[in-house]
Amino acid sequence: MAAHPASATAATAPRAGIRLPGVGAGLGRGIVVLYLSVLVLLPLAALTDQSLSEGFSHFWDQVTAPQAVRSLELTLIASLIVVAINGVFGTILAWLLVRDEFPGKSAVNAVIDLPFALPTIVASLILIQLWGPDSPFGIDIFATRTAVVVALLFVTLPFVVRAVQPLLIEMDREMEEAAASLGAGGFTIFRRIIFPNLLPGLAAGVALAFARALGEFGSLLLFAGGLPDTMVSSIYIRQQIESGNDTGAAAVSVVLLLASVLLLAAVSLIQRWGSGHERSQGAGLTTMPISGDQVLPHEHEEDDDERR
Amino acid sequence: MSAGNSLTSRWSLRVLGLGYILLLLLLPLALIFYKTFEDGIAPPLDAITSPDGLHALKLTLIMVAIAVPLNTVFGVLCALLLVRHKWKGNVVIDAVINLPFAISPVVIGLSLFLLYGTTGWLEPGLAEAGIKVLFSVPGMVLASIFVSLPFVVRETVPVLQEIGTEQEQAASTLGANAWQTFWRVTLPAIRWGVAYGVVLTTARVLGEFGAVSVVSGSISGQTQTLPLFVEKQYQNFNLPGAFGASVLLALLALATLFAMNLLKRKEDA
Repeated sequence: MAAHPASATAATAPRAGIRLPGVGAGLGRGIVVLYLSVLVLLPLAALTDQSLSEGFSHFWDQVTAPQAVRSLELTLIASLIVVAINGVFGTILAWLLVRDEFPGKSAVNAVIDLPFALPTIVASLILIQLWGPDSPFGIDIFATRTAVVVALLFVTLPFVVRAVQPLLIEMDREMEEAAASLGAGGFTIFRRIIFPNLLPGLAAGVALAFARALGEFGSLLLFAGGLPDTMVSSIYIRQQIESGNDTGAAAVSVVLLLASVLLLAAVSLIQRWGSGHERSQGAGLTTMPISGDQVLPHEHEEDDDERR
Repeated sequence: MSAGNSLTSRWSLRVLGLGYILLLLLLPLALIFYKTFEDGIAPPLDAITSPDGLHALKLTLIMVAIAVPLNTVFGVLCALLLVRHKWKGNVVIDAVINLPFAISPVVIGLSLFLLYGTTGWLEPGLAEAGIKVLFSVPGMVLASIFVSLPFVVRETVPVLQEIGTEQEQAASTLGANAWQTFWRVTLPAIRWGVAYGVVLTTARVLGEFGAVSVVSGSISGQTQTLPLFVEKQYQNFNLPGAFGASVLLALLALATLFAMNLLKRKEDA
């Protein structure tokens, strides 16, 4: 399906706008392909090569080493818990930011991206102060599995909010009004009408948050303590590098890399499914709800008084 | 639905959502500032203005000065190709560009470590040329470029799609060449989108920790960026130092949020 998005747009853009000058597209394409190959693909190829350098059985031994398996399990379970929680809260926050009015709304909208902008090591440091031995609330979760979950909740918060927000903004309210006039209650409307419409965004946001959680490193480094019990895979990899086991580090890295690729493929499929009939514009390119892509919505109604 | 019922659910959603933000985001943010300035401004200031602190700041700015322009030029070029030049390979390029979003920073760091390390593919040639990549600035720059590569592309593509091609066609009908059309018509139309991507790229480079830490070796005063400096100070039990650098990074993060908001408004206007 990806091969002919061009036919979908053929009617609108037969001789499309700007062409790169001179030798143009060919040269530009060469630069882009070279840039990506040298900077991204070559290192990843070296990683894969190293992981298999002593044969597949050695690769498999490294991946199934007890501590490696333990770290992968913890990473997977913690990430699943985190995306479930942030899936719910992310949807609630998106709803508040699009459909509700309250003082300070634009500040809340801006602060959602904080985890994206704040360096992860700073997050780790501050989480220790807040929920560590010196906690002002007397809650000490330092170096526990709860700490892993809390740190991951922090770093993955923006994804679902930013993925769901645009869908809520675009959603046609007539359906909800029709359902309400037919006697449907708030929850029924949410379940039968709003939720199905938000599902593509929610799924894409959850998949991206999941990818982020699987690979997260900085925010866990200080706060999770690096005990065998709290060691996620990224920290395990770092530990293997430091103890000189490059192949073991590379093997677990390849597992994470495969998970990343699969999740990105899932996001791409979800987006095609989500945009389904109206794909003419996208021409098959992905859009990533990375961060802050939505400022406050232009609402269709007249009640956006104190916003600007 | 009854009005009372809907009001209750609205308020409970507000309490839930905003309480979550307060607990997860605002409390930590407030605490950084409180902890840093608990004993006055001198300790954190001393830490940042120590030779190692200043060197870390300088190195961080060097990362930004190299990685951001490169990824910006690449990003605009790549977005133009993806949107305006149909090609079978576009799907692949589009997919590869997203990889840095999803790959663990440590995995990125390790990949570079293995490629440029003593047993790496490129080692013989580099050693001969006398270029040291690992545990020095070039490796850290490569890591910064890798992690921040997608942002300008991803922010520019939708804007290019949105502005359409009519104005560009008009310009070329009036005799402008492609270069003139790009500078006078296309770039002004996409500038806020590009700027938004640049802000995200900068934020990512400023704060990158995992990938850079693997390739840099984190040598104080030599290969330490600000985030690495934070870790080192914490490990050396110099909390004021760690907080001083953290507050600087947090302020930069807040400036990023502000810039993002501003640019989004401009783009929408």
